[in-house]
Amino acid sequence: MTLFSFMRKNAFRNKRRSLLTLLSIGFSLLLLTVMMTIWHAFYNDQGSAESAERLIVRHKVSLAQFLPISYRESIRSIPGVRNVVNETWFGGQYKDDKPENFFAQFGTDPNEIFDVQRDFHIPPDQLDAWKHDRAGCVVDAQLAQKHGWQIGDRINIKGTIFPFDLELTLRGIFTAPQNTETLYFNNTYFDEGYPRVKGLVGFFGVLADSPGSVPIIAKTIDTQFRNSDWPTKSESEKAFNLDWIAMMGNVKAFILSICAAVVFATLLVSANTMAMSIRERTREVALLKTLGFTRATVLGLFMSESITLAALGGLLGALAASGLIFLIAHSSAAAFLFTNMKASLPTILAAVGVGAAVGVVSSFVPAYNASRRNIVEGLRHIG
Amino acid sequence: MAIPLQYNIRNLKLRKSATVMTALGIALTVTTAIFIMALLAGLNAAFHGSGDPLNVLVLRKGATAEMAAGGIDRDALPIMKDLPGVARDPQGQPLVSGEDLLVIVLPRNDGTGDANVTVRFMTPIGMEMRPEVKLVSGRWFTPGQREVVVSNSVHKRFSQASVGDQMWIGKGSWNVVGIFDSRGSAHDSEIWGDINQLAADFDRSTYSSVLIRATDPVSADALKNRVSDDQRLKLQGLLETEYWSKQTSSGAPIKFVGTIVAIIMAIGSCFAAMNTMYAAVAYRSREIATLRVIGFSRPSILTSFVFESVLLSLLGAIVGILLMLPFNGMTTGTSNPVTFSEAVFSLQMTPAVLGTAVLFALIMGLFGGIAPAWHAARREILASLRE
Repeated sequence: MTLFSFMRKNAFRNKRRSLLTLLSIGFSLLLLTVMMTIWHAFYNDQGSAESAERLIVRHKVSLAQFLPISYRESIRSIPGVRNVVNETWFGGQYKDDKPENFFAQFGTDPNEIFDVQRDFHIPPDQLDAWKHDRAGCVVDAQLAQKHGWQIGDRINIKGTIFPFDLELTLRGIFTAPQNTETLYFNNTYFDEGYPRVKGLVGFFGVLADSPGSVPIIAKTIDTQFRNSDWPTKSESEKAFNLDWIAMMGNVKAFILSICAAVVFATLLVSANTMAMSIRERTREVALLKTLGFTRATVLGLFMSESITLAALGGLLGALAASGLIFLIAHSSAAAFLFTNMKASLPTILAAVGVGAAVGVVSSFVPAYNASRRNIVEGLRHIG
Repeated sequence: MAIPLQYNIRNLKLRKSATVMTALGIALTVTTAIFIMALLAGLNAAFHGSGDPLNVLVLRKGATAEMAAGGIDRDALPIMKDLPGVARDPQGQPLVSGEDLLVIVLPRNDGTGDANVTVRFMTPIGMEMRPEVKLVSGRWFTPGQREVVVSNSVHKRFSQASVGDQMWIGKGSWNVVGIFDSRGSAHDSEIWGDINQLAADFDRSTYSSVLIRATDPVSADALKNRVSDDQRLKLQGLLETEYWSKQTSSGAPIKFVGTIVAIIMAIGSCFAAMNTMYAAVAYRSREIATLRVIGFSRPSILTSFVFESVLLSLLGAIVGILLMLPFNGMTTGTSNPVTFSEAVFSLQMTPAVLGTAVLFALIMGLFGGIAPAWHAARREILASLRE
């Protein structure tokens, strides 16, 4: 029997205990994987190459405040700017006020929106049809699928922020790299239906000629409008998304504290199991040492046993987490922030790594004590 | 006959390290659950505790929030003042308050950037209608002056929000002259100022909302319907309490993530408790057989072990509550999805939260204990004695 198979046999000598430990560690590390995935999606994901070339220009105070449409041409004349399009958040209700029926609606300019959102694709004939229908709209393919919309369908949206309802006809379906849950309609229709906002828009999407010029453009825009009646805040699309997340509250601290609690709980479970398992085998350890196995071997045996269990738990948890994340991302109850989430390979490896580290830390003290134990005392032990 | 409780307590004491580690694991789960429930309780308290049942809030028809565009024409105010059932103050003034809301940007104290804060502009009548809001330092704003008062939470969470500070609102700077407290209601996220001063800055021909005080609950209902039915007004009335209750949707993401987190952690802890209890049963198999020989029945052994597990989880619950206590009352904020501005609330470990946490731990203990206890009770006496 090799040392490896000896270790493997020992790790599962008490099947029930090993199984319960695996499950317990697995569930904890499942949670850790989910949290790491959320963290990654929020803070590490740099977005697509196209996204890195885009800026959002909004009113300095908040998205709820408008900017004049005249800014569009001023922004266009700034060096490095390729395209500018206006967008206005409508925030209406489709069908009812249930969160699962909520999606984003923006009033925009059909002539330029797909030039700025270069990673969104729409068949040219559909785009053309939309351009020729003031009351037309286009939607994300996944949103169309969710609600079963076909081209030519009527989509009615009740205004809540604005005292005005949209009665739209679906003219096109676009595909995006991720689910955007978005409907675009023609801003002219909005201007006519609610003249109070005529000439005013929510924000501008700007396409720069390269990612490098994004910060310079942002600065130029903000400086230009600083002393006007409508001061602006320009930032990269990524920074804009982070602002949204920051609005939900201190998300970073929330995720970190949960991760800390989970890792610590895993540590306790693993340490408890190893302590129980090693205590049981006091006599066996003495026997091993009598046979000539060194302290280091005994220490290594116990520790690798614990590492195997904990890392395996980590793997199980991470795999289950990938499934759970998939379910959350595709469930109707998920807020739009969760729709693009996916557990990545590095995250899964990290969960296994955390498991292994927990195995090392939790088994060191009991394993070390066992390896140091006097042989005679150990043989006499009744347990 | 039941096995004395003392037996279980002694056993837990005997296996100290296992008890401590399992209880701590449960405590961490309980802590997480309390944290999430306390957040939601605080958020609920902020919204459900807001408003007076006698107050009717009037919004533009179709609007779901005070911040909606195209508010209420100022000409509508005199019409509302003359409606039957409107209460009057001792000076005979009708208690009807036209109010305007604005969002401003303030830097957070903790260096995490800027946040949007709601500023409510009104006349002294509006303040009179909210007697629950008390001044804690400084003084109220003087009508006709560019002065604001800030809530205690805004004062604590944001810089530029102390008495003597100046803040930029609209087109000029305003002096902060006082700090108020509304005991956890939604006004705790607000700044208040004089509406006539705002009118000087902006050419606003509308109110964001109008608040009407009714003389009694029946008139409140009647007023609500009368405003909604009046063809001239094109407005809708709703009870102020109803309005704020609807705003609790800002807690939805916390609730969604929080519930998943708590359940997963609980399942993990359940397995850990089960492990400890199985070990306890295995360790004491001869003892259990002896108990049987003495005459304790199978059900009493089952009960005893389940009890031990529950005791273990209760210990965890107590430690968990103690771990969370220092955070009770901590204020935090989330964004109100309707107004894009910050809703401040505090962590509230209400009796209901604590009760649920203890119940949560008990369930974990019960689930963790039942299988091992069943196992213990089913053991053959002779086989166990021989081990």
